[in-house]
Amino acid sequence: MSAETQKYINTTAGGFVLALVTFIAFIGLWEGAVRLFNVPSIILPPPSSIAVAFWSMLQGGELPWHTAVTLYEILLGFLLGSVGGLLLGFGIALSPLSERIFYPYVVAFQTVPKVAIAPIIVIWFGYGVTSKVIITATIAFFPLLANAIMGLRAAPQDQVEMMETYTASRWQVFQLVRLPQALPYIFVGLDVAIVLSVIGAIVGEFVGSKAGLGYLILQKNFNFDMAGTFAVLIVLSLIGVGVHALISAMQRRVVFWIDVSGERVTGA
Amino acid sequence: MYQPNANLSRMSGTDRRLVRISNLEKKYQTRDGKAIHALADVNLDIEEGEFVSIVGPSGCGKTTLLKILTGVLARSSGEILIAGSRLSGPSREIGVVFQAPVLLPWRTVLENVMVPIQVQKRDRQEFEARARALLAMVGLAGFEDKYPSELSGGMQQRVGICRALVHDPSFLLMDEPFGALDAMTRETMNEELQRIWQESRKTVLLVTHSIPEAVYLADRVIVMTPRPGRIVEVIKVDLPRPRALAMHNTPEFGTYVSAIRRHFNSAGKLDA
Repeated sequence: MSAETQKYINTTAGGFVLALVTFIAFIGLWEGAVRLFNVPSIILPPPSSIAVAFWSMLQGGELPWHTAVTLYEILLGFLLGSVGGLLLGFGIALSPLSERIFYPYVVAFQTVPKVAIAPIIVIWFGYGVTSKVIITATIAFFPLLANAIMGLRAAPQDQVEMMETYTASRWQVFQLVRLPQALPYIFVGLDVAIVLSVIGAIVGEFVGSKAGLGYLILQKNFNFDMAGTFAVLIVLSLIGVGVHALISAMQRRVVFWIDVSGERVTGA
Repeated sequence: MYQPNANLSRMSGTDRRLVRISNLEKKYQTRDGKAIHALADVNLDIEEGEFVSIVGPSGCGKTTLLKILTGVLARSSGEILIAGSRLSGPSREIGVVFQAPVLLPWRTVLENVMVPIQVQKRDRQEFEARARALLAMVGLAGFEDKYPSELSGGMQQRVGICRALVHDPSFLLMDEPFGALDAMTRETMNEELQRIWQESRKTVLLVTHSIPEAVYLADRVIVMTPRPGRIVEVIKVDLPRPRALAMHNTPEFGTYVSAIRRHFNSAGKLDA
């Protein structure tokens, strides 16, 4: 590879072109291999038939409807779970009493795999959207709880002492130092929680549901419609990438003082 | 009818002492239960407008003394009066410069300087003008809206000095403020601090482990030794002001430095 080409690849546009070329090559290889070796569609459908399935599901309104249901479950569950996790995290980090009351239960509940309680929640709250929202919320809850507690305790002692020498009250130290210092941790929690929320909603739908992308996957699988299953998977990964990008964009705006390339905090 | 005002009597009387420390003791226990006598019978008066340096090796209690004066560390016994009132916690009359700049990375330079104003709920507009003037005084005009990460170490420490002065405290405490800087920057900062002090006429207590720095800046140098931390000598520095950096090379300066170093030669623990 010439030095010129190497230089171009290092630019943003070059990086995009490189990714596009890789993608097209990968799809081409997949299509070629399936046709060349006569792989049955039930094992691995070629990209072309996945595209056809995707298009017809989109046209029929099937895909938009189930996507909307799952998105609703993901976002509402994420919102409820993360707000709940944040509030309890703040309570535990700021009050030793609430720490002693709640923390043992929190730890005990945290060790339970949330996926394992999904069937119980479906029994309790039915096959509708509510049970999926609750499953998603319980999954999104812990990353926020843990990171809020860790973040509020992360304020460097010298910053707290600096505030105290300037006669800051406990509330002022919280507001002006502890809370901003906790934000990078909270965003790490949000990022983990949103990705887990996608899993939570799908697992909930697997356990028992009447709608949603998880329900759609089961239905396509049952009918040996592998191209359809793959089409749903594409939508799911697009949702995953989209919500993650959303959180990352918020993170860059809110905690702008943190170096994006790593955990290193720039400045004093 | 005329009521004598505590403040006025302090200013007009013969008593020019801003800070009075008497029989100060600090003892504490380490985690493994060892008793530490950090400060033993410390007595020190500081006059208004005076520049006092404290030198001593690590563990002599100089930073402990400073932390007690800032009000974040409690004393075991003894009395501290600042401007006539008993010290019982952090005071609005005090400005502190720390070993590290301790700036908040999410605040601009100006917002960092304004921290004491915000915390003490003083008039924002009035003090913002003062903050800008202070930044200009330390050569940071034009940097008001930059973030700390965009500044060099020396510039960050100058922001820290502005923050310590912004609420116009009568007493400025400095805890090895230039220890983290390279030798060249440190000398420049010393010169600048002398200028700031002469312009603002604050009372300053500077803790340092550099003897030349202590002599160069101070009216009086307090020499402390460890185990237990106590004052062993107070040396008055009679060198004309303003002092040029070249003064470091004069025989008089050398005499002061060796008079202080004499105390540490046996321990051999002091640098510079």
